[in-house]
Amino acid sequence: MASSAVTLPRVYEERGLLSWLTTVDHKRIGILYILGAGFFALIGGLEALLIRTQLAIPDNRLLVGEAYNQVLTMHGTTMVFLVVMPVLAGLGNYVVPLMIGARDMAYPRLNAFGVWMFLLGGIFLNLSFLLGGAPDAGWFGYAPLTAKTFSKGAGIDFWILGLQLLGISSITSSINFVSTILLLRAPGLTLNRLPLFAWTTLVTAFLILFAMPSISAALFLLFLDRHLGTHFFNPAAGGDPLLWQHLFWFFGHPEVYIMILPAMGIVSEVLPVFSRKPIFGYTAVAYSSVAIGFIGFTVWAHHMFAVGLPDVVNAFFSAASMLVAVPTAIKVFNWIATIWGGSVRYRVPFLFAAAFVALFVIGGLSGLFLASVPVDWQVTDTYFVVAHFHYTLFGGSMFAIVAGIYYWFPKITGRFLDERLGRLHFALQFIGFNLTFFPMHFLGLMGMPRRVYTYAAGLGWESLNLLATIGAFILALGFVVFFVNIARSLVAGERAPDDPWDGHTLEWLTSSPPPPYNFARVPVVHSRRPAWDRKYTGNPHPRPVAEAPTAQAPVGDGPEGDSEAEPIHLPAPSLWPLILAAGLTVFALGLVTHWIFIPLGLLLFALGLARWVQQPLFPETHEASS
Amino acid sequence: MGAMLGLLTGCAAQSPSILRPVSPKGRAEADLFGFILAITAFVFIVVEALLLYAVVRFRARDPRAIPPQIHGNRALEVSWTTVTALGLAVIFAMTWRTMAATSTPPADALPVKVIGHQWWWEFQYPTLGITTANELVIPVGQPLRVTVTSADVIHSFWVPQLGGKMDAIPGRENVLWLQADAEGTYYGQCAELCGASHANMRLRVHAVSREAFDRWVEAQRAPAASPTEPLAQQGYQVFMSKACVGCHTINGTPAQGKVGPNLTHVGSRTTIAAGLLENTPENLARWLDNPPAIKPGSLMPRLGLTPQEIQALVAYLSSLK
Repeated sequence: MASSAVTLPRVYEERGLLSWLTTVDHKRIGILYILGAGFFALIGGLEALLIRTQLAIPDNRLLVGEAYNQVLTMHGTTMVFLVVMPVLAGLGNYVVPLMIGARDMAYPRLNAFGVWMFLLGGIFLNLSFLLGGAPDAGWFGYAPLTAKTFSKGAGIDFWILGLQLLGISSITSSINFVSTILLLRAPGLTLNRLPLFAWTTLVTAFLILFAMPSISAALFLLFLDRHLGTHFFNPAAGGDPLLWQHLFWFFGHPEVYIMILPAMGIVSEVLPVFSRKPIFGYTAVAYSSVAIGFIGFTVWAHHMFAVGLPDVVNAFFSAASMLVAVPTAIKVFNWIATIWGGSVRYRVPFLFAAAFVALFVIGGLSGLFLASVPVDWQVTDTYFVVAHFHYTLFGGSMFAIVAGIYYWFPKITGRFLDERLGRLHFALQFIGFNLTFFPMHFLGLMGMPRRVYTYAAGLGWESLNLLATIGAFILALGFVVFFVNIARSLVAGERAPDDPWDGHTLEWLTSSPPPPYNFARVPVVHSRRPAWDRKYTGNPHPRPVAEAPTAQAPVGDGPEGDSEAEPIHLPAPSLWPLILAAGLTVFALGLVTHWIFIPLGLLLFALGLARWVQQPLFPETHEASS
Repeated sequence: MGAMLGLLTGCAAQSPSILRPVSPKGRAEADLFGFILAITAFVFIVVEALLLYAVVRFRARDPRAIPPQIHGNRALEVSWTTVTALGLAVIFAMTWRTMAATSTPPADALPVKVIGHQWWWEFQYPTLGITTANELVIPVGQPLRVTVTSADVIHSFWVPQLGGKMDAIPGRENVLWLQADAEGTYYGQCAELCGASHANMRLRVHAVSREAFDRWVEAQRAPAASPTEPLAQQGYQVFMSKACVGCHTINGTPAQGKVGPNLTHVGSRTTIAAGLLENTPENLARWLDNPPAIKPGSLMPRLGLTPQEIQALVAYLSSLK
């Protein structure tokens, strides 16, 4: 396999539980992120079904009051922090280093720490169900409902500390993405050639770095209010509940771009490949992400049009929110133009990516109503908003994520996901999604507020609610088919070649699944489509090159000019990132349950930290035979 | 388009739809909604049609076919960016116009204060000296300057047919223009998650003729009627000796509690328990027997009243017209 000049690294133990617990390989970490998100998606999905079942008929008594609010809060919190963000981080972790020709992320152990912090933080948050009640103040936890006076149980504390743990995970992984994408690109891979998924991952990482501190600070202040008698958000003592809203939404609105930008990146990879064309207007698509990122920090108060801000302030945030539609529209037009004139293959990844465009357009357009202050006064906090953000985050992000999973599954596992089950999955998800969420626009217009556990008969809301509930179960069935497809394909899926889709980017040049070191030789990049260039020549009318690289060719060994062969060093596995993450989690548990966990957590933390810094990244140098 | 939407949302003629407004503010907001809908519906149809056309028309017939490699088109990209920006500028201009016209109540407005509580609404008419709960009675055609605030957590005051909502935030006083141009009862409810019974914090606005309003005002300003029937007199005794008196006010009696709704004229209201139940003796008895069973988390606890006490209280409270 190895060409004569390449020195292959020692490959660390690849089997067994311990190899996973100690892994620092970005691909395994990516898989852990995706599996963890899949697990939490089951929980968040069941919570959604509970909500829809309760609302199926008026005056239902299945899930009332406090219990409903807990499920509602955990559904939102779970889907945002434990599903969409981590699955995007997982795909980014797996794919981005391959796309840019890197051997790993810049900080492999920090990367491992990030995934453990996510998994343990997610478990910590859900432990609240068993330890006295889950948080119940909604995913944006408005003060003063979260104050000790109004929420006495530990649920809000679990929420505060859980989000802090998850914030640590997001910040570390973002530092890693920024460093990796800016510093570890293959020779010739300039930023102007960077694959669009890597572009959006980079912008997203910056958004997280700037947005996350705001919510971390707010959560910290809230914790002080609840336990040390401060009054940051207590109006009775001179505090201000609106301070919470500003701090939260300064994070919360960029957060929605954090969830949508990488999804847009996935679609910008999938559509060109299945249309057999380059992305239309690469520069506009890439820089519109940057524009969305910048403008995204100036729109937060559009969540607060009904709190009584002055007209001028409302007008500013209204204009800024509408401005975001410009770079977003640019992307949509470019995606359509990419398909236009192509040679479109209707494979499952394409179906989901095209559906993403169709549904995201609806979510984008309904957003204009919310950006328009007087209309927002009517529709904010109604089911119209629930419809809107599910069109962007489910019709948008989730459809793109599923497209990405069908697209990269062959690379990750060496097997295809089944095409026929995939089509069935697509049909169920598309129909179920629209049936669930489209009627909600009308419910909102008909005066139904969001977050109500029940509603009276006779207001005209019955049939649309029932329809939405039926849709939710069809949607759930779609995901059952998806999970069955994954399970079946893992063991019996059709074998996939290294480049199953006739791909454009570097990850398709290495084997499926890739070796731990990704590429035996780091490929040299000459254009935006390095994999395409090795297969086709001629522009604008390409033809296959005479000798296409065969599966036997050394991975990453290009036709000419690839980098000098040099020994490959892989970082050693380490248990200490997990111990460090466990220490923080146990410490947090001590703050909300029994104090004994506090010293225990600190001990684990100290142990993990001490051993981590003592352990060299590359313990030995291997000069394998050449 | 408007007709289609009217069909969809208006088919439920009983729903408090924002598209059947009866106030100047509500109408302005509905008009703006319709304007943006016209633009977005057009964009929706064009974009989805282009997408669908591209997907169907350019389906690969020969799997090996390689289409011409087009990387972009500067003129095209500049045009669609410009057109988008212009469309948005128009929407923003209309937004600004509507906002300026509706955000402040007219000068001759009648002041009303709305205070959100977990989980009911307190309504005060400061110039008329009236305090009531959950049902706001207003003269038809009369603009109201509604000051919205909260006694505990954040709520949001919303009567869809009378215009957009306004958050009730503790420590702040927000101002809202409320008006009803047609007689009738308009349904509303809290629109901000405020705890266990957020769903049960409902309200009604009764818009009545000027004469009816004046009569109502007169009746409301009078102290509570003294019970005449023996059962109601017994109920008075129960009210004044049990926990009721600690939380509720009945003007002209020793009951001066400020925690729960003012009950001076509770018998004149059409609903009880923040609009959850019709005001009938049966419902009142159910409520008095076990409030948290009807309104989860209700701050009014189960008082352990005997059936006789409940019957007496029902008779008394119903007599407070």
